[in-house]
Amino acid sequence: MPSDRPLLSLRAAFLRQFLRNGRGIMRRPADVANPLLFFFMVITLFPLGLGPDPIRLATLAPGILWVVALLASLMVSAKLFASDFEDGSLEQLALAPYPLAVTALAEVCAHWLATGFLLALASPIFGVMLGLPNEGLLTLLVSLLLGTICLTLIGALGSALTVNIRRGGLLLSLLIIPLNVPVLIFGTAAVREAVQGGNPESWLALLGGLALGSLVVVPLAIGPALRVSLDS
Amino acid sequence: MWTFIHKLGSPPWFFRFSGTLVRWLLPITVTLLLVGAIWGLLVAPPDFRQGNSYRIIYIHVPAAVVALAGYYLMAFAGAVSLIWRIKMADVTMRASAPVGAILTAIALVTGAIWGKPTWGTWWIWDARITSMLILLFLYLGVVALFEAYENKTAAARACAVLSLVGMVNIPIIYKSVDWWYSLHQPASIKFSGESAIDSSMLYPLLLMIVAFYFLFTVTLLLNMRAELVWTHRESGWLKQLVGDS
Amino acid sequence: MLLEATQVAIERGDRRLLSGVDLGVTGGEIWQLVGANGVGKTSLLRGLAGVATLGVIGDIRHASTFLYLGHASALKLGLSAVDNLRWHPACDVTAPPDQICEALAAVNLAGYEYRPVGALSAGQQRRVALARLLLTDAPLWLLDEPFTALDVAGCEWLEACVRGHVSGGGATVFTSHQPSRFGALQQDLDLGQYAV
Repeated sequence: MPSDRPLLSLRAAFLRQFLRNGRGIMRRPADVANPLLFFFMVITLFPLGLGPDPIRLATLAPGILWVVALLASLMVSAKLFASDFEDGSLEQLALAPYPLAVTALAEVCAHWLATGFLLALASPIFGVMLGLPNEGLLTLLVSLLLGTICLTLIGALGSALTVNIRRGGLLLSLLIIPLNVPVLIFGTAAVREAVQGGNPESWLALLGGLALGSLVVVPLAIGPALRVSLDS
Repeated sequence: MWTFIHKLGSPPWFFRFSGTLVRWLLPITVTLLLVGAIWGLLVAPPDFRQGNSYRIIYIHVPAAVVALAGYYLMAFAGAVSLIWRIKMADVTMRASAPVGAILTAIALVTGAIWGKPTWGTWWIWDARITSMLILLFLYLGVVALFEAYENKTAAARACAVLSLVGMVNIPIIYKSVDWWYSLHQPASIKFSGESAIDSSMLYPLLLMIVAFYFLFTVTLLLNMRAELVWTHRESGWLKQLVGDS
Repeated sequence: MLLEATQVAIERGDRRLLSGVDLGVTGGEIWQLVGANGVGKTSLLRGLAGVATLGVIGDIRHASTFLYLGHASALKLGLSAVDNLRWHPACDVTAPPDQICEALAAVNLAGYEYRPVGALSAGQQRRVALARLLLTDAPLWLLDEPFTALDVAGCEWLEACVRGHVSGGGATVFTSHQPSRFGALQQDLDLGQYAV
């Protein structure tokens, strides 16, 4: 491995990877729009499947919104490291004299801003469509902001582990879903608490804790996982 | 003691050692299981509320306990493999995954059997069963990941990472499922609780738990031996060993 | 000694491809890894670069920074050539954009600097990736099939580039399906002798 002092500071390297991925995503607007469209369309399936009774939909709304957000997050996770793996960028990243955990985190951040972040911002609209009471809308947004951070990070880990596997998308879902359960539980609990007029702060704090914890712990696992995929 | 652990890292030595170990452990395991089963399933007194149908816990609880412990063993072996690159740790990890998965499945099935007479349905989404179900998914994920990689050394490394992340997550998952369940349950009847258990029922339960630990160990060792036989099927030391016995 | 590899073995899964490879690279040398298809040229080069660590056994020591160019160009098709180079994931390009444009002009891509790389042909994309050679000052170059997709002019340019690099004290290790280009200047490492 190159042993000289790196040319750039860690922050500069992080920023470069972030810009590289960010601009790349911006040049592919379909990658940004598709998950939102998916979210939109799947939400529509629920009234169709469950009946249009607004009271029942409103009761089920927190769960529906969160589950569909989770599914949308799953869907985009598969692509996170795939293009970098195929075009050889991952190889080069592994050779850079910076911890892969940090440089990969830059990529995950750019990815989150284009997917989870936007999903969270758009969620109140869909909440209204499902009849979620106004008290729950802000909590829905905040819970999804924090929750998608966790979902994107865990999805990135799944992507790192399965990027070199043919048709790894399904396997990725298998790996990720159990790890996402706490996020789902805390998120829906927060929204439900808000809807019932209570204070969702404790649930949101838990979500925040999960998000912070994921930010610290998951990149440490993403590094070795990417190296394993590069090796095989 | 370090030399002992060092020797365990060598496949031929481990194979010989585990052969002797299994020969001793197998009768002990069978005895413990029989004694525990007879004691719990036949001898112990029937429960005040549930009658005789509670007896399935003598299989359900030990299976659940050992399944959870098995995951920690798997994650620990994975950590050893990642840090010290010891091949035998790899073998331990990949051998314990299916064993743990099956034990979790047993726990789930026996949990369902317990549920039928107790709550009237085959399945109920209570905290413990749901946690067990997620544990099963975690196990199956490790097994599936291992099968998906062609390069088995890389597969072991990936599974090590996954099982470590799972291990960190398990307390969070269990706690969150606990809270989830208590959020949605109006009354506080804890069907899955074992609040105060009489000693006449506790002792056979403890015995069965110990028996299941032995069972896990024996099955794990047998599975590891099978792994070694397959991986080293071409090598000289194995042919010599098999030729000897 | 820029690179020293002692008794290196390359494994893929449970199969051992190469065993006992020794290689010492000092400044001013050009090494080509030769061998039949599938003998493990790329695997060995990746092992020497440190991209692959799992199936690589043996002692590999680097005394300096190096530049590795793999099969794939590591280019994001949606970004321009300048963006791809200045944000290259290896994080070894610190040159300002005008210097990058000069490098692109040197590989005959003047006028294409700000077009999305996806609009360029395969040969042009390869040249964008190779422009990185002009933008770093790593003494050791590890190049995997660098001549693929290049036309005659491109091959000549790369050859001149390598000669220039080596005469300035750098070294190059590369794999190629094409016959020897550097004549007496290069040394061959025949991997057939290490094949298992």
